[in-house]
Parts: sequence; C-alpha cells; structure tokens
Amino acid sequence: MNPELVGRVFPPTAPYLVGREKVREFARAVFADDPQHVDPAAAQALGYADVVAPPTFAMVVQDQTLQQLLGEPDSGIILQNVLHAEQRFRYTRPIVAGDELTGTLSVIAIREMRGSAMVTSEAEITDAAGAHVVTATSVLLVGEGEK
Amino acid sequence: MTSVITVGEIVAERTVHLTRESLVRYAGASGDFNPIHYRDDVAASVGLPGVLAHGMLTMGLAVETLVPWLGDSGRILEYGVRFTRPVVVDPETGAELRIVATVGAIDDEAARIDLTVTHGETTVLGKAQVRVRLA
Repeated sequence: MNPELVGRVFPPTAPYLVGREKVREFARAVFADDPQHVDPAAAQALGYADVVAPPTFAMVVQDQTLQQLLGEPDSGIILQNVLHAEQRFRYTRPIVAGDELTGTLSVIAIREMRGSAMVTSEAEITDAAGAHVVTATSVLLVGEGEK
Repeated sequence: MTSVITVGEIVAERTVHLTRESLVRYAGASGDFNPIHYRDDVAASVGLPGVLAHGMLTMGLAVETLVPWLGDSGRILEYGVRFTRPVVVDPETGAELRIVATVGAIDDEAARIDLTVTHGETTVLGKAQVRVRLA
C-alpha cells in the first residue's frame, strides 16, 4: 500500500448516462418494488422527471472511480486482497433516469494496521450541470501479500 | 411519513429471501462480478465459508425497506453501514434476511432511522443508519 496516495484526486470519470431500464434492472436486483423506481408516472407524481434510482445505485458510478484507484500502477493494491469495510452516501438529491453523472475520487485517508491498510476514499458525483448529486464514501480494507 | 414518530418506534420491516439467482441478478445489475458471489470453488479457495451475498446488495435491499414508508426516496439525506458479517447464501436453501427499521433519534429537520439486518441469529450490518428529512 502506497501511503503517498493520500490527498490524490483522480480525473473525473466519463459521463454515465442513467437509463430507465438500468434503473428498473437495479431496482429489481435490490428488491426495490416501490413504484417510483419503475413507473415514470409514479416518479413524476413525486416531482421527478423519470424513474428514481434506489439509494445505493450511486455505487455504479462510484465503482468507476474506484477502478481508477485500483488501476493505479503505484497503488500497491491487489484486487483479490480488498474487502469492503464501510460505505456511506450523502445525498443532495436522488439519481433519476436521464441524469448524466460524473464521479471524482479523492483519497482521504490511509491507516496502516498490522500488515493491512484501511483506505478511505470519497467519490463526489455531479450531474451534467456540475451540481452535486451524491458523495459516496467507502472504506476498503486492503491486505498485503497473502490473502 | 405523515404521522408523528417517536424514538424507538418500528416504522418498517420486511424479510427478503436471497437465492443464488439473486446474487447473479445483482452482479449483472451492479457490474460487480467478483466470483466469490457465485462460484463455490473460488469462495472456498480464498477461505470463505461459502458463496457470499454482495455487501452492497445487503445494504441496498436494507434501505429499500424504508422507501414505501417514506413515500419519496428523496427524503434520504444520508445512509451509511459497516459490513460486519458476511451473508452465506446456500445453493439450495438460500439465505433469509430480516430487516427492522427503528427510529433512533429525531431533531428539528431530520430523523435517524436505525436498520437492524439479521441472518438467522447474526447481525450482518453494523451502524446501519439512515438520516431522513422529516415530511
């Protein structure tokens, strides 16, 4: 694990266009059967332009940012040694079909502990207008050497 | 969320039955194709007790328990969990998760809803808390 990663900010990810069928597919996968996730009319009745993604859908964009971190040649992170320890989302608004989202990852902290490291990173997810949608914070437990 | 709520009150609960199909479905929907979530041989090779549910699947289905009660998922201001115990999904019997949402605290603008997620006797998420805007 390279401690000099702390403070590193990655370039924004390519825009991710949230599709209505993708939201429906994700909703079904997380047992989200409330109509706002699948029925545009139900979402519009709540004031949204289209179906509303379930709260953890933000991880689809966050994951693109984490791939940047894991793919850094100098990170010292081996994918098989990574465990997800904590996850948090802070929302300005929910993600809605039609959104074009970009994620920007910052490495916030690395805490070394007995041969492994706790890596805290924050992906700030914004829409096409540059407005904040959600910040996704994850804590990964990165082991070194043997599994 | 139209009525007055009180600390300690259970506002929503449900049981979700996960099968191996649920894991494959979540893998496809989320893009997380780590084989420990669908291959017994890979799970065993890294020392796991069996194929595990994705932590993010557990996190995702837990918060959805609240959405019908909230009415509008846009009332969710913040949601965080710790992944404390893995959920092993048996190839034949699957795994049953029980989710109970209790009011943990209330202030002027928001309430903290605590989610208890159990698999049998085991609590699988730690500090699973949702901050929701009051109606």
